[in-house]
Amino acid sequence: MAVSEVVSQRAFARTPPRSATTRLLEDERWLAVVLLLPTVILLGLFIAYPFVDGVLLSVTDARVGVPGSFVGLQNFESLWHDTIFRTAVWNTFVYTAVATVFKLALGLWLALLLNRHFKGKAFARAFILLPFIIPTVLSTFAWKWMFDPTFSVINWTLFQLGLIHTRINWLGDPNLALISVIIVNVWRGVPFYAISLLAGLQTINPELQEAAAIDGARPWQRFWHVTWPLLLPVTMVVVLFSVVPTFADFQLVYVLTGGGPANATQLFATYAYQIGVGTGLLGEGAAVSLAMFPFLLIVVIVQLLYIRRVEVH
Amino acid sequence: MARVLIRNLNKIFNEVHAVKDVNLEIRDREFVVLVGPSGCGKTTTLRMVAGLETITSGEVLIGDTIVNELPPMDRDIAMVFQNYALYPHMSVYDNMAFGLKMRRFARAEIEQRVREAAGILGIENLLQRKPRQLSGGQRQRVALGRALVRHPQVFLFDEPLSNLDAKLRVQMRVELKKIHDRLGTTAIYVTHDQVEAMTLGDRVVVMKDGIVQQVGEPLDLYNAPANRFVAGFIGSPAMNFADVGLAVQEGAMLALADGIRLKLPPAIAERLRSHVGRQVTLGIRPEDLRVGPGNGADGCDFPAIVEVVERLGAQILLDVKVGSGTMVAAVEPSVKANVREQLRLAFDAERLHFFDRASGNAI
Repeated sequence: MAVSEVVSQRAFARTPPRSATTRLLEDERWLAVVLLLPTVILLGLFIAYPFVDGVLLSVTDARVGVPGSFVGLQNFESLWHDTIFRTAVWNTFVYTAVATVFKLALGLWLALLLNRHFKGKAFARAFILLPFIIPTVLSTFAWKWMFDPTFSVINWTLFQLGLIHTRINWLGDPNLALISVIIVNVWRGVPFYAISLLAGLQTINPELQEAAAIDGARPWQRFWHVTWPLLLPVTMVVVLFSVVPTFADFQLVYVLTGGGPANATQLFATYAYQIGVGTGLLGEGAAVSLAMFPFLLIVVIVQLLYIRRVEVH
Repeated sequence: MARVLIRNLNKIFNEVHAVKDVNLEIRDREFVVLVGPSGCGKTTTLRMVAGLETITSGEVLIGDTIVNELPPMDRDIAMVFQNYALYPHMSVYDNMAFGLKMRRFARAEIEQRVREAAGILGIENLLQRKPRQLSGGQRQRVALGRALVRHPQVFLFDEPLSNLDAKLRVQMRVELKKIHDRLGTTAIYVTHDQVEAMTLGDRVVVMKDGIVQQVGEPLDLYNAPANRFVAGFIGSPAMNFADVGLAVQEGAMLALADGIRLKLPPAIAERLRSHVGRQVTLGIRPEDLRVGPGNGADGCDFPAIVEVVERLGAQILLDVKVGSGTMVAAVEPSVKANVREQLRLAFDAERLHFFDRASGNAI
């Protein structure tokens, strides 16, 4: 009674009516659409459209200046019989596998070192990022000089140390050429691994190491039983983010060897470029790049499934 | 089982002298609590005993061995961490078994010890769970279990209850006490909570600024604090302090301050004789104050004005103004007191504490 009297004596304050737009945006479904729109447009323009265009191109016999007509799977069929393509596939797998193993091992080692306390740690961290920051083309040119048979600083050092007596032709020898490009890829990729894994390591509670030390685990056991299992989800993401661009690598090989000598360093991307742009057979070139797609798709699916499993458990 | 001996222990981090000349003997089967405000060096001391922190100087002995250079794993200790430090990717069983696996115990022995510890702690039904699926209290039990299975010479506890809510903390405190009574393993327990220290410790070590202030049984610390810091730290609500001057008038010793004029009984006067004419700090615990005039002659009371009345149920806390300072009195719940009321607070003169004002040491 008393309450109603008090209330009834005063008029309620009315908030101003809200506009139609505001009401629409208050609805979360509409808000979601509005927020997603810029991303969808960007992805559509720069990812989906080129991809679809590439797929369409790969089933035509288009050449530079010639629109081409539909030829079905003929381009893929000729790839199947193309020995250079087979070499490129093999090279790409070797290149990706070997480079990834070394990048992971070295990156993890650096991350574990950087996770300790020492003088000049901040400097070391910044320094390690250098290969990651320098534009690939620029740093690869520096490597090209280091691999040059005559001016190679590597050869000079090995020679002075008495380890070699003749010049090593790093990029001219078919076996060494693939190793050389892998070395540069590892050099460029390690910082990404090191910094990402370091971030992962820092999320692991240091008390766990102490608890394990008291529990009687030796340093190696602490790494194997505590650090590594807890770092694994991060490691999988890092590997995923690294395998895909490594598999599709182009700049580095293009600058160092152009795919040579005699296709010894030919990868998917360089071969696609050579056929599509170099030779002008756009349709076939598109087919080469598209051939990467199933492999990458499998890699991505396997790793995403794995990450989900780890995160759930 | 073993005793732990700490001799002239020092720790210096860069420029900070975190632990200064600590000497302690923790007897076999004893439960010793290190207590003090944050940054007092209690955790650092514990970590040096554990081997997680290097020793700048001094010695730590476990049993009869100097363990300064021994890695944690060889010290035969088990530690319970504040944040539990459970391995998140392992089940409760594996968490508890880890220390035994690392020490290559037989599978059957591991199983038996884990089940036994789980039984003591009442977590048998949680063994297959991951730490993530446990509540704070359950995680704490697992962390305890991980220490129990090891049957170590010494348990080290680093604020193990401070992440639990108040009710659970009281419950776990009682359980810890029971477990210690049952196992009798030597234990060093670090906490900033003086209630935990008083209830758990056979003896309590109060630390401040890296220095041991007093070592003693809980009631000794309460009844006879060695200095003003210990007096203020032990007991809740904290002891009241007032700076008073000492004067002798007509053969009787008086403690004088703004609003206070106390005639001290001969026994106390004798003790304070050397401080006459100087300023000393008087301390009186809130629970030693009561409402009503003192028994006249000795003048064991002073006037006070009530500022706040806090009714806690079991007792009433009166925040009062005495002269220019404030004090707290913990009085019977039946006392009727109103804000702004003027009353007299009485006490027994034997319950007074006196501290040298400069050094803070008890007189």
